[in-house]
Amino acid sequence: MLKKGCMGRLNKKVVEHKSYQVKDPIVRYNDITKKFGDTVVLNNLNLEVGRGEKLSIIGASGSGKTTIIRMLMTLEKPTSGTIWVDGDYLWHKEVGGKLVPADEKHMRNVRGKIGMVFQQFNLFPHMTILRNVTEAPIRVQGLSREEAEERAVTMLEKVGLAEKVDQYPSQLSGGQQQRVAIARALVMQPKVMLFDEVTSALDPELVGEVLEVIKDLAREGDMTMILITHEMDFARDISDRIVFLDEGRILEQGSPDKILENPDSPRIRQFLSRFIGNSSVSGLATTK
Amino acid sequence: MDWNNMCQTFNDKDNVWSWQYTCEIFPDLLDAMWVTISATFVAYFVALILGLFLTLGRRSPIRPVKWFFQGFLEFVRGTPPLVQLFFIYFGFPEIPYIGFEMSAFTAGVLGLGIHYSTYVSEIYRSGIEAVPKSQWEASKALNFSKGQTWLRIVLPQAIPPVIPMLGNYLITMFKETPLLAAITLMEMLNMAKFIGAKYFDYLEPFTIVGFLFLLLSYPSAILVSKLEKRMNRRFRQKNA
Amino acid sequence: MPLLLKGAGVTVQIFIVSAVFAFIIAFIAGLGGVSRLKFVRVFTRMYVEFFRGTSLLVQMFWLFFAFPILLRAYGYDFSMSPYWAGIIALSLNYGAYASEIVRGSIEAVPKGQTEAAIALNMTRWQRMSRIILPQALRMMLPGFGNISIELLKGTSLVSLITLSDLTYQGQMIRNSNPGMADEVFLALLVLYFILALPLIYLSRFFERRASKGVAK
Repeated sequence: MLKKGCMGRLNKKVVEHKSYQVKDPIVRYNDITKKFGDTVVLNNLNLEVGRGEKLSIIGASGSGKTTIIRMLMTLEKPTSGTIWVDGDYLWHKEVGGKLVPADEKHMRNVRGKIGMVFQQFNLFPHMTILRNVTEAPIRVQGLSREEAEERAVTMLEKVGLAEKVDQYPSQLSGGQQQRVAIARALVMQPKVMLFDEVTSALDPELVGEVLEVIKDLAREGDMTMILITHEMDFARDISDRIVFLDEGRILEQGSPDKILENPDSPRIRQFLSRFIGNSSVSGLATTK
Repeated sequence: MDWNNMCQTFNDKDNVWSWQYTCEIFPDLLDAMWVTISATFVAYFVALILGLFLTLGRRSPIRPVKWFFQGFLEFVRGTPPLVQLFFIYFGFPEIPYIGFEMSAFTAGVLGLGIHYSTYVSEIYRSGIEAVPKSQWEASKALNFSKGQTWLRIVLPQAIPPVIPMLGNYLITMFKETPLLAAITLMEMLNMAKFIGAKYFDYLEPFTIVGFLFLLLSYPSAILVSKLEKRMNRRFRQKNA
Repeated sequence: MPLLLKGAGVTVQIFIVSAVFAFIIAFIAGLGGVSRLKFVRVFTRMYVEFFRGTSLLVQMFWLFFAFPILLRAYGYDFSMSPYWAGIIALSLNYGAYASEIVRGSIEAVPKGQTEAAIALNMTRWQRMSRIILPQALRMMLPGFGNISIELLKGTSLVSLITLSDLTYQGQMIRNSNPGMADEVFLALLVLYFILALPLIYLSRFFERRASKGVAK
């Protein structure tokens, strides 16, 4: 722990934070700080994500990666700063040109543009696979049951699990559960999809099937995706940009080739060295 | 200055809530509280000891013995303690050959003790089942006798983790002692009723009794839950 | 014996009415205990601690003997029937215990379930009613089974405020037939046990199902 702290301080002298221009942003973090008690998790973060961009966030555990996307899903409240999503502020409302804290209704409106897949799947154990996927379209979006089921089956086909509709989550493998969770998020047709270390809780042999589904999704193009991952090969494959987060700040960002092959910061080189040689099973190489 | 004279300084007998009345009856209620407390502890002691026998009996390898104990546990736990008290106090002396008269206190602590021994036995059981099987095997390997295994190996490991739960039952039994009023024991509630009937005013005595129960049981409950948290921490460390 | 059966009828009636009220109260107080409004949480906490901290019989006596005095002193012409004093005390008391089961079960549903529901943009109400409560309910049932057995036993206390339930009838018979106390009370115990049997089996069933833990 101590060693890491020292390294961080050294590196910051060498590498300056570079701002990054995005053409058509859909998400904007402005001066976001997040503290848990006295611990500063994110320190004055500024980050823009472009429409349709595939952005991967990497970094050691405890660097604040997960907090970034949890705040976008309204699961964590920023201590200060604003988050803007596709025309609206997420945690604030504009009233007479001023920003005031948003109410639940406003947050739900903005939140509807975002979907998320969790590390622990979080499927609803008391519902069948089909109901897991149809519950929100019916209750939240007001779709008819037929419409919702049609959409759900399409999505489940996409993740290769259409035949499991009547089973319960506990009857599926971890990889299958995670694919259902992806279908469940997709069926809401979000503009931005968040993936929070979605393979970290999986046995190594089940990682591949989940990553394939996400890769297919990325190839289709128009959805904005923000991923937190320890799978470096995967991140290189699908990302337009990689952000390296260190102690609550963006240390460096750029194209996958730049960050993964030739980063300016020795801190990143040191981080990546842990993945060399076992990147194909890098689920094992997480820093936990 | 004499207590009653002091109470008269309130001089508010006509109020809905009279502090003078409260003050005058307080010593009697306090006396009765000692009856309540001593009944609680004696009954608790009975429950702790009897519970142990029930636990051992239920684990007996002899089938009929095991069934008898299980049936007894189920029956006692499934029937109201109040009726059990009636049976022991009024009914038991009339049973031919074995019956004999008991004081209300004896009958009361026996009745409550027996009823809660079934709950206590359940707690012992959970403690014993939490002791790893390997401990039994190790004792066997060291050639301990059955009694030695129980006394020196199993129980010392089984009891400490369940002490907070046992503490909870002490509080529960304390709150059940008003039942003893039904078999004429002059504990707190019965005293309150007696006073209320005497002065035609139930408000103060019953309110005071409720307050005293809360005053004694709530802090104890907090104490037990603190103990529980500490035990949990210790237990987890051991397992880690 | 006919008297005892009549008493058993009263016992069952008191049990059912109080059980219904107790479980309604349990859900209200249990949900209040996990409310995001602090004053609601504090208020429910006070209710629960108060009713768990004093005895059922004390509460019943207070409602029956003391409460009417209080009301009459403030000019309300009021007398408390033993029936309602018994039911109110039983419901409030066991409702407080059962609310702890409700609260505990709600809190035992993994946090990820709430987060997934938020991510699917469900409202607070949908999160609670569609995701959290159905899962919590499964965990509550064994506890509810046990509470209902306790409640059935607790109904015997209404005899002490002159309500003619099973225990009361037993006392009456004993008073008019000296020397029969042992038979009478043994019969009473057996009758109570018979009444409790379905509840015992029900809670066993719930416990087995909960320990299997398969979501179906």
